[in-house]
Amino acid sequence: MQTDGWKPWALLAPALSAVFFLLVVPVCFIVVYSFWLRAPSGADIPAFQIGNYAKFFVDLFYPKILFRTIRIAFETVLLCVVMGYIPAYFFYRSTSRFRKVFLLLVMLPFWVSFIIRTMSWINIMGDSGLINHFLLRIGLIEAPFSMLYNEFSVLMGLIMYLLPFMVLNIYVSLEGIDKSLLEAARSMGCTEWQAFREVTLPLSLPGVSAGCLLVFVLTAGTYLPPMILGGPGNEMIANLIFKRIINTLDWPYGSAISVILLSLLFAIVWTYNRYLGINQIFKSFQGNSS
Amino acid sequence: MKQFSPGWTLIKLYTFLVYLFLFAPIVVVCVLAFNPKQFGIFPMEGFSLRWFVRLMHNDAIIEAFQNSLILGSLTALISTGVGILAALAFIRFEFPGKNTLNTLLLSPIMIPEVVLGVALLLFLRWLQLPKSFALLLIGHVVLTLPYVLLIVQARLVGIKKEYEEAAKSLGANAFQTFREVTFPLLLPAILAGALFAFTISFDDITATLFWATARNQTVPVKIFSMLRNSISPEINALGAVMIVLTVATPLLAGYLSRRFSKLKT
Repeated sequence: MQTDGWKPWALLAPALSAVFFLLVVPVCFIVVYSFWLRAPSGADIPAFQIGNYAKFFVDLFYPKILFRTIRIAFETVLLCVVMGYIPAYFFYRSTSRFRKVFLLLVMLPFWVSFIIRTMSWINIMGDSGLINHFLLRIGLIEAPFSMLYNEFSVLMGLIMYLLPFMVLNIYVSLEGIDKSLLEAARSMGCTEWQAFREVTLPLSLPGVSAGCLLVFVLTAGTYLPPMILGGPGNEMIANLIFKRIINTLDWPYGSAISVILLSLLFAIVWTYNRYLGINQIFKSFQGNSS
Repeated sequence: MKQFSPGWTLIKLYTFLVYLFLFAPIVVVCVLAFNPKQFGIFPMEGFSLRWFVRLMHNDAIIEAFQNSLILGSLTALISTGVGILAALAFIRFEFPGKNTLNTLLLSPIMIPEVVLGVALLLFLRWLQLPKSFALLLIGHVVLTLPYVLLIVQARLVGIKKEYEEAAKSLGANAFQTFREVTFPLLLPAILAGALFAFTISFDDITATLFWATARNQTVPVKIFSMLRNSISPEINALGAVMIVLTVATPLLAGYLSRRFSKLKT
């Protein structure tokens, strides 16, 4: 490897300046702004006070939304693991010649816009949606029952968005397992199930945990499913940010909530990286390309 | 033998159900786009193209489409260009702080888009600049850069350095070596990265909703504002057009690239 001084820096200059000026500096601005004051006239006054943070924690209203966000993120992670592991295992073990097609299909939702995937649930779960229509037709119910605008429908939207990430992460780590290990286990008398439990499952855990982290982070930072599929009681922390910034133009408070969200996620990612290493996550995106 | 065991059948069935879960909503959007009636969702009352015709005559939507296409193409172009340079630096050179900088450049994947949206908007506000198309463009470049970088890096690792060294020893300068050796070998990854960047930009809603204005709307933003009323066949029709566009493009590109690589060898 060369160690010549300026060349790599010249190549890196555009990318580094983009990320520095468009990400690092703006994020610093959020932190600075979160200490500012908002005048009754709506103007922002430079200041250094913790009023915005105090407002968040003054009663249980906002912390409740924070806890709900964490709870919903955990539920989403759990459901994604339960729904995602078996399909990933299927792609890994399948010998069908359509295996590549199956894998491509699970990636297909990645290419469909998030807003379409979210709103598509209204067609399925709405009062005159597919499920109600079907149940009315077969006479199981007399009047449509409402399935939308609760935590369940929000979770459906979130899973639709995040499940492919989980499947991909698990699949990439399964694919990295040396298949001769399985043969060795089988030849030593393990049953199929024992071989899975003792060899495949433990070796696929890095992919599972990488998928969990990614799904958790993406869930905690999203506002679209609660906004479109949820009711007033299902708001998450990103919805608060959206409201403060877009609807009420309360920049300092919106910034403070962003900092709270960012610190929560940073703490989680940092802890994860400390003990498990974060590179596994990036692997899945590289596998995705080839 | 495992292919016929009851356990394997269960796994197959489970996978099928997960597929059903993932695809039913998308398929239903496409089917309902042809529903002629105005209110409610099911039952279908025939088959009609009226909503597609209406979309074509809706200037605001046509404009949103143009915006999305231009934005996606420019994003792909810039992101891929910047991404290739950075990938070359990371894979072909040794320099202090390499791992930290690589993580920094990949970090937008792990930062919630809401925060990115707010941050960039706030910065713009501090600079006292109005929201504009340029804001959308630079925002989308930041969003897509990590993916391009990952894809190009993965491919570059697999290209032997010896090829480049051979070209150099034969008298090619750095640029000629890149143009004649590295670039052609890297091309599949460059196209994949550009396509990925285009689709992410074309589909993005979470951050874009912060940056868009009434004059600079993209299709997802348009769908969002239409959803404010309620779901309608018109939205489903627009959704169907988007699905076909963003799903067919990569499939077609993949098919073409396989076709061409077969022709060459």
